[in-house]
Amino acid sequence: MAILEILTYPDERLKQESQPVEQFDDELRAFLADLEQTMLAGPGGVGIAAPQVGRFQRIVIVDCSRTRKPVPNHGRLFIINPEITAWEGMASGREGCMSVPDYTGNVIRAEKISLHYYDPDGNVRQLEAEGYEARAIQHEIDHLDGLLFLDRLVSRRNDLFRRKVYQPAPDPKQKD
Amino acid sequence: MNHWYMLTLVGKDRPGIVAKVTAALYDGGCNLGEASMMRLGGNFTIMLMVDFERSSKALTDLISPVAESLDLHLHLDRIEGKLHQHVEPDVRITVYGADRAGIVAKVTAALAEAGLNITDLESMVGGSEDKPIYVMQIEGTAAEGIESLQAAVDVIRKDGVEAHLEPIETMIG
Repeated sequence: MAILEILTYPDERLKQESQPVEQFDDELRAFLADLEQTMLAGPGGVGIAAPQVGRFQRIVIVDCSRTRKPVPNHGRLFIINPEITAWEGMASGREGCMSVPDYTGNVIRAEKISLHYYDPDGNVRQLEAEGYEARAIQHEIDHLDGLLFLDRLVSRRNDLFRRKVYQPAPDPKQKD
Repeated sequence: MNHWYMLTLVGKDRPGIVAKVTAALYDGGCNLGEASMMRLGGNFTIMLMVDFERSSKALTDLISPVAESLDLHLHLDRIEGKLHQHVEPDVRITVYGADRAGIVAKVTAALAEAGLNITDLESMVGGSEDKPIYVMQIEGTAAEGIESLQAAVDVIRKDGVEAHLEPIETMIG
């Protein structure tokens, strides 16, 4: 296993879109081991995306099991070719990134998400995540689309007024 | 070697202040660092880190014409830059209530006593002229832990202002 070099902004490669994984093989699993070790070597990182180490494939790792204050989590997740299929609620929270050292900012994310993805063996998986873990997953999936949290910053000053969680409008029931 | 200055400019708000000031600095060979610029009441305020190779006299001469043309008061201090050493806040406290003298002093005294180091404080007077409200948002680091600050916030609330504390859990991904 090896610790990989983290690309840091303004490296333009962080802004490129990553491609789906097609081969679920030993090479992929060896890469995941290196990627996880790289995440653990960083300061307080709870997630990492393959493009952060220069591999432009739709692969992320999220592990919210060791946060300072415990949060609901699914342990260490190897997430491949993810699709968020449902969003609920909005919350503002502070984010930073190993690819953007010495800067943090407030970002609005969905509070709950439903995620469809593949595990390292190519099996289809599904999970529901909330809060901090949902935030980490959304942050990492953004990397796969060439987006950094810098692309989603909201004003610190207006945070008070934007923290309000909006209830989804009730579905108008249609009669047959 | 860098020569960092803190440039403070204050005056009546009007359109174009930032553009004119920063153009003069750029044309004069300055590089800008971190800044806080905002409208406070009817005034525009600038606190701006400026990296300039020459003396404070030369920088004053450079910025004085534009400051005078915009009726801005100018103040300059030689500082150390110390960039790339941000302190991450781990707690946010929001305070609001009917405006009256002493809110900031009482609240910040209680919080300082409970171990708060403030990294950022912004406050606004809202409401109407006859019923002003005071809203203050504070971010900082809790040197003695969140529980100590929460106890202070509970005391502040007994004094007739609303106060709310929430930890900032920065997600690093």
